[in-house]
Amino acid sequence: MIDIRNVSKIYPNGFQALKDCSTHVDKGEVIVVCGPSGSGKSTLIKCVNALEDFQQGEIVVNGISVGAPKTDLPKLRSHVGMVFQHFELFPHMSVLENLTIAQVKVLGRKKEEAVERGLKLLDRVGLRAHAPKFPGQLSGGQQQRVAIARALAMDPICMLFDEPTSALDPEMINEVLDVMIQLAREGMTMMVVTHEMGFARKVAHRVVFMDQGLVVEDAMKEDFFGKPRSERAQAFLSKILSH
Amino acid sequence: MDLNWHVFLEPAPSGGGATYLDWTIAGLKITVMLSMASWVIALLWGSVMGVFRTMPNRVLYGIATVYVEVFRNIPLLVQLFIWYFVMPELVPPALGNWYKQLDPVTAMFLASTLCLGFFTGARICEQVRAGIESLSKGQKAAGLALGFSLRQTYNYVLLPMAFRIIVPPLASEMVNLVKNSAVASTIGLLELAAMGRQLVDYTARAYESFTAITLLYIALNLIILGFMSWVELKARVPGFISGGGR
Amino acid sequence: MYDFDWSPIPRAIPFLWAGMKVTLQITVVAMLVGIGLGTVIAIMRLSKNRVVSALSAGYVNLFRAVPLIMVLLWFFLIVPSLIVRIFNLPRTANVQVTSAMVAFSLFQAAYYAEIIRAGIQSVKAGQIGAALALGMSYGQAMRLVVLPQAFRNMTPLLLTQTIILFQDTSLVYVSAVRDFFGAANIVGTRDGRIVELILFAGAVYFVICFVLSTLVKRWQDRLKVAA
Repeated sequence: MIDIRNVSKIYPNGFQALKDCSTHVDKGEVIVVCGPSGSGKSTLIKCVNALEDFQQGEIVVNGISVGAPKTDLPKLRSHVGMVFQHFELFPHMSVLENLTIAQVKVLGRKKEEAVERGLKLLDRVGLRAHAPKFPGQLSGGQQQRVAIARALAMDPICMLFDEPTSALDPEMINEVLDVMIQLAREGMTMMVVTHEMGFARKVAHRVVFMDQGLVVEDAMKEDFFGKPRSERAQAFLSKILSH
Repeated sequence: MDLNWHVFLEPAPSGGGATYLDWTIAGLKITVMLSMASWVIALLWGSVMGVFRTMPNRVLYGIATVYVEVFRNIPLLVQLFIWYFVMPELVPPALGNWYKQLDPVTAMFLASTLCLGFFTGARICEQVRAGIESLSKGQKAAGLALGFSLRQTYNYVLLPMAFRIIVPPLASEMVNLVKNSAVASTIGLLELAAMGRQLVDYTARAYESFTAITLLYIALNLIILGFMSWVELKARVPGFISGGGR
Repeated sequence: MYDFDWSPIPRAIPFLWAGMKVTLQITVVAMLVGIGLGTVIAIMRLSKNRVVSALSAGYVNLFRAVPLIMVLLWFFLIVPSLIVRIFNLPRTANVQVTSAMVAFSLFQAAYYAEIIRAGIQSVKAGQIGAALALGMSYGQAMRLVVLPQAFRNMTPLLLTQTIILFQDTSLVYVSAVRDFFGAANIVGTRDGRIVELILFAGAVYFVICFVLSTLVKRWQDRLKVAA
């Protein structure tokens, strides 16, 4: 479903954020991308839906080349769901409006249909009662669950998560992870940048470890946690898992 | 120093039963009309230019930058003279002749409105730009990620919040606009400041005249600030603390 | 297309320069007096004494509520007669220029005061506490610790306000004072080339202000990096 081949990203000032990265996500697979800060994992995932550009390599999502000049990016993005570290709900719209606006304006659905779909998804993440509220009135965990629902409302073919729980207080992390675990168990294709190794162990199929712009390891979950092949991955894991 | 406030009720030389108070109110009306007309131009044009100043398109960005630099580095009075004396000579003859045919007051009003509108527009442009740039980059990313085009992202995500954020500085700009409208008196438009001078010339009562005009400007300021406070209240987003997110 | 004739300009340079000197005179005096007075007003505004604070607020709000043209008219119609009467002086042009300088100084002081007040408040609260703890008096603390830091932070804003002041001096047009723009207008009317002279004046103002504001921006960027 998502094919990343030899992608490199170099900033104008010469700094290379991604060095010849390659990986893939098959339909129904859940991939966890982890690594220390500055490893390029957020940059890589943002390249998948063209929020970041890249100078070399290729990314193909469901048969469409992301980097090709002729690609209709808004259309592509409407089929790829993304959840951000800082939730990024639209503060001037109610929770329900956050869910319906893109359905109506991008997918062209009728308002009633969008509202029905939105309410169903809010139900699914346990927040239906909060539909008329505004994002500023919700907790971080609630906002992130709404953000997931907002992405799901577009009926995406795959979901990208950029450190979805990093900005949350500890007691709210689980409510968001539970939604993501449920999503994974239902067969959604997911690419998740996260430090939450518990989540990885539960539902990931593969784990990709990045460091300083390179894909250092790309292994099946059991292999990765069992015997990581690189020293860097080993060091990273020991730091992460010790707390 | 003896103050005679009744001078306002005395009949004015313009005849027809008009008092000096009527003169004052006539001046006030022109100031208000001039300010409102200029504000419309300033807000619309300034907003467009402000958006251009945030876009990746280098051509649009360049046009808006040139606009801001030119209109902020030339004194307002000089700009007014350019609109009133110079523009009629530089535009195509058909337009120039039409302008010169206008009755004097309309011509002065038109030049003043355009001048004030574009001058203030440059300042509003920078406010709008600051408002958009104060939003977290994630908001734009979230909009694009949902499949919005850049234009849709501006319309549905960025601009609604940016305009709410800049209501206080926009209120200041409105107040500045009303004050700046006084320059129109230099080309002969009989707005409030010009009326002040007339009153002094005809009644020889400088203190009373100037006090009245000053009080009227202060009153206009208070009305504008009150109105913008109401706007800010209406536009408030529940639970959102101004300052542009995390 | 308009038939441009720029020839009156080179001939009029001495005359225009005399006007520019007046513009610069007013700008410099108003800047120095304005900043000095503005600092006093800003400190008054931050005083714990309610009366002092209210007086200062009143001054600032009054001058910020009225158009500069009004203030200038006030000064030209009322003040010269006052000065003449008080000092029994002949009504010369110098009195007019002095009135202009006083008017601009008082007016600008209100604007400088707000910038300075914000600058003082931006100095961390702990600084004055630390100074007092060392045994300094309030005055010493302000002079040696707070104000130097405050001024360093607000210099770009003060400079920007001065550039605005420089542009505002053109408003002496409403009086008998002959500044650069006034001189340009006189030459233009006299030689029948008002269009060229206005454009010339505009260009001169633009070049000066654009260069100055670009320099201020560069300075601001450097300050940001250093912070």
